[in-house]
Amino acid sequence: MIKTDALIIGAGPTGLFTAHQLKLIGLDCHIVDNLDKIGGQCIELYPDKPIYDIPAVPECTGEELTNNLLNQLKPFKIEFHLNERVDDVKKENENWIVKTNNNSIFSTPNVIIAGGVGSFEPRKFPVKECEKFENKSIFYSVKDKNLFNGKNISIFGGGDSALDWAVEFARNSKVNLIHRRDDFRGAQATVDKVYSLVKDGKIDLYTKYQMVSVKGNGKLDSIDIKNDDGEVKNIKSDFALGFFGLIMQLGPIANWGLNINKKTIDVDTEKFETNQKGIYAVGDICNYPGKLKLILSGFHEGALAARACFKLARPNEKYRFEFTTSSKTIKDRLGVKSD
Amino acid sequence: MFSHTCPIFLHNYIISMAKITYITHNNEKHTIEVQSGLSVMEGAVQNDIPGIDADCGGGMACATCHVYVNDDWFDKLPKKENGEEDMLDMAFEPKKNSRLSCQIIVTDELDGLTVGIPLKQG
Repeated sequence: MIKTDALIIGAGPTGLFTAHQLKLIGLDCHIVDNLDKIGGQCIELYPDKPIYDIPAVPECTGEELTNNLLNQLKPFKIEFHLNERVDDVKKENENWIVKTNNNSIFSTPNVIIAGGVGSFEPRKFPVKECEKFENKSIFYSVKDKNLFNGKNISIFGGGDSALDWAVEFARNSKVNLIHRRDDFRGAQATVDKVYSLVKDGKIDLYTKYQMVSVKGNGKLDSIDIKNDDGEVKNIKSDFALGFFGLIMQLGPIANWGLNINKKTIDVDTEKFETNQKGIYAVGDICNYPGKLKLILSGFHEGALAARACFKLARPNEKYRFEFTTSSKTIKDRLGVKSD
Repeated sequence: MFSHTCPIFLHNYIISMAKITYITHNNEKHTIEVQSGLSVMEGAVQNDIPGIDADCGGGMACATCHVYVNDDWFDKLPKKENGEEDMLDMAFEPKKNSRLSCQIIVTDELDGLTVGIPLKQG
């Protein structure tokens, strides 16, 4: 069990800056995120899109913002637990016991939810029967590519993931690539590679087709796909892979006894505390009168929640407000020279 | 074409409204007046129309405000901008008449627009 002053759920910009604020006032923290990388929506949804309303930063992309926030955290040792989703939060005496789907267990007086719109999960096929084959014949990511050697694989999607895996699997397997339209949004070089493999007969390409049903007993046997004109084709498939990006789902947070309203959590505007003592919500996921879903608001909310954490993490100490420009204690924590 | 737009006089400003009809997957019709300048997504969210999630808040980054536009309206809408079709690849059961409702901005000309909401957004 990991003991910490505060656990932050979500490694997006708000979670990162909240960690900075906690460390600055002398508290330690851990960050858990369900994605395999740091940056949250900034890195998953718009890494290349410019943002124009970060104070004092006229223009930066989601990726640049994430990198700058990580740079700002460099003086501090912060442990990230990526690829982990918090499943369970329970009170035990004065502390919250937090469990993840990877069996990490934390004990902490403070849990800060900086979860955006929830955790990112893969988008699945709309066909309901696919659930029966999930993780056996139908997958939304590739963990062990050897599983697919020499098999019939139907890959759905038009982005880089779909195209990269189509190219990769075309070396040793029979690949069908199915996409809802003629245009692909993957990198041009990969698109060109796919077309050359199609020409060589290594990939069977079906554009303007979508899945309508799956057939098989226990394991997948074939898939029916239908085009815009209603024409149905049956393609033999041992495996189906769907690459439709990620969607945000509130997930287990809904079961923690918090006041949730339209996928957001009600908080006060002094501590950004929820209806549960020691659980805070900051960033896009919190709600209060006048809430703006802006990154800059998340920074403010995190700064205040961090101060509230101090009271519970150090009940016998008094928090003193200090400026980074003048405080020797803070400069020591940052590892910079005092004047 | 005669416009059914109903202007509201507020102080010295005229705010024009357009009637937008949202039809949910189970065929419930919600007709509301949406202020010009708002998106069809915002009209739905502000009026608690079920089935439009709009997770990213209108940034054309999530495909959870996906709607089907009635055929007679589809061609009258301003064309999709770069990136919308890419996002629609991610949408739940996209069709030829799919749009992201955050990208449809309400104007007087859209008075009477009808959009269908898919079974779910993801």
